[in-house]
Amino acid sequence: MSNKLTKALSSLPVQLAVISICLIWSLPSVGLFISSFRPRNDVFATGWWTVFQHPFDFTQFQLANYVEVLTAQGMGQAFLNSLTIAIPATVIPIAVAAFAAYAFAWMEFPGRQVLFVIVVGLLVVPLQMTLIPLLRVYNKLGLSGTFLGVWLAHTGYGLPFAVYLLRNFFGGLPKDLFESAYLDGASPLTAFTRLALPLSVPSLASLAIFQFLWVWNDLLVALIYLGGTQQVAPMTLKLSAMVQSLGQNWHLLTAAAFVSMAMPLAIFFALQRYFVSGILAGSVKG
Amino acid sequence: MEGFANQVLNTLLAIVVGVGGVVGLFLGMEFLIGFLPDRIQVKIRPWAYVGPLILILSFYLVYPTLNTIRLSFFDARSQNFVGLQNYVWTLTTKTMHVAFRNNLLWLVLLTTFSVGLGLVIAVLVNRVRYESVAKSIIFLPMVISFVGASVIWRFIYAFKPANVPQIGLLNGILTTVGQDPIGWLVDKATNNFSLIAVGIWLQTGFCMIVLSAALKGIPKEIIEAAQVDGASEWHVFRKIMIPMISSTIAVVGTTVVINVLKVFDIVFVLTGGNRDTEVMANRMYKEMFSFLNFGRASAIAVVLLMAIIPVMAVNIRRFQEQEATR
Repeated sequence: MSNKLTKALSSLPVQLAVISICLIWSLPSVGLFISSFRPRNDVFATGWWTVFQHPFDFTQFQLANYVEVLTAQGMGQAFLNSLTIAIPATVIPIAVAAFAAYAFAWMEFPGRQVLFVIVVGLLVVPLQMTLIPLLRVYNKLGLSGTFLGVWLAHTGYGLPFAVYLLRNFFGGLPKDLFESAYLDGASPLTAFTRLALPLSVPSLASLAIFQFLWVWNDLLVALIYLGGTQQVAPMTLKLSAMVQSLGQNWHLLTAAAFVSMAMPLAIFFALQRYFVSGILAGSVKG
Repeated sequence: MEGFANQVLNTLLAIVVGVGGVVGLFLGMEFLIGFLPDRIQVKIRPWAYVGPLILILSFYLVYPTLNTIRLSFFDARSQNFVGLQNYVWTLTTKTMHVAFRNNLLWLVLLTTFSVGLGLVIAVLVNRVRYESVAKSIIFLPMVISFVGASVIWRFIYAFKPANVPQIGLLNGILTTVGQDPIGWLVDKATNNFSLIAVGIWLQTGFCMIVLSAALKGIPKEIIEAAQVDGASEWHVFRKIMIPMISSTIAVVGTTVVINVLKVFDIVFVLTGGNRDTEVMANRMYKEMFSFLNFGRASAIAVVLLMAIIPVMAVNIRRFQEQEATR
């Protein structure tokens, strides 16, 4: 018993350190969350921490901020736009990358190695390098301000990493697997869709999560290629515009920020296990 | 309400068109290849699989990169060749010097703090029973957007005159202990550090998760043997843990460095680069959209590329080594 007690006491500093770090790390988000439910005048007059003076007085909270942000401020439309951008901008690059990575791993063709090295080399290109020439072409082709334009741009920026990751994964699958499949008369497409893809579900899942979050949270690409077109603006663009236009209307800004964070948070809690496996691999994205 | 239903319908339609388009493309090509003789099929199919990749990368990365390098030698409207003039401007103007200084400040502080804190937290959480909860809390900022994080922190830094109640957390604390409130994002003495703190809050979780996984990979016997030999905790940390995960620390560090070099959103949303908080990526955006000087914007982009290439090369090589040993 006394042994247990000394052990507990000696771990006390560690416990305190961990708990205080966690508190510091979560305070900013807690402040945002609480403020997003407080009426305008309250947010403006007192700090959000004052709600703890009457913790069970629920009349100090309301949903009106969210209603206004989603309807009058257009966050509802922006949420749909974010979905419209992010889902195809996740599926398209992964589909293109998966076919290419499969060819790089399991098909013979001239220039295979050189091409793959070039693709990996493109990881170093920061997307800032591409903005001006692409925007000019987009303006000529009428692609700026369109969903198609943003899907393809995110596809281009996400591809080198996706191909690199999937090529490494497909290449690690056992060779006999494909040989016996071909002996049984499977076509290359069947071998790809029925063998390679199902075996790569964890890799594909973490790739998809990262690409989705990356697109969902992106501001720069949307800013450049969608510009001022309000009807197609995703939430990041909308939110950054609201910071300029609403300035001190914290009750609305906090609610809007929380709406934009809801999807990533849901994904994080639902699919946590795919994060850790993918996160190190994700560190080489350009 | 009807308008909303229409919007949802449009969203669904756009998603179906986008997703269906790419799947249809590959199935269509496969269908057409099926009509060819077997011998030719084998030769054509790989190109059908890598073809879309090559087209997209050529259009979205290769062509624009080469073109940006070319434009960096031309004037604002890309009409006359001006030699190295844009680079001379980039390397000698005061605004750019401020941007370089700030990028360096970001680089040193953010990398040191997020990797250092990440390491310390990884070691600490390893010893508590609620490890996974603690990790989730610290990792959480990673998944939200830089724009969302900027709003969160803009609220933390909110500033009001000294005689009225503060609504920003930091100034609330300051005034409670009897100090004057500070304009964190406005005051030139604090604004850069305030921005970097946001970055640390966002990046530390990433460092912690990766380093924690590496720490767990150290065989228990090694640490126990050292403890039996009477090594202190600090000694174990300094002489065993750190050397054994040094390559992971390098990967994490280089990743943070690359993120820092490209930092844009936080500065764009919180200060717009005003009052001496400029960074390269934000300046490039300004030259491009506010001043329409495509020559200068291109030159800044090229400088950015030059800074990233060596770091990225190291990172890819390290990653390759790690994949090879798995």
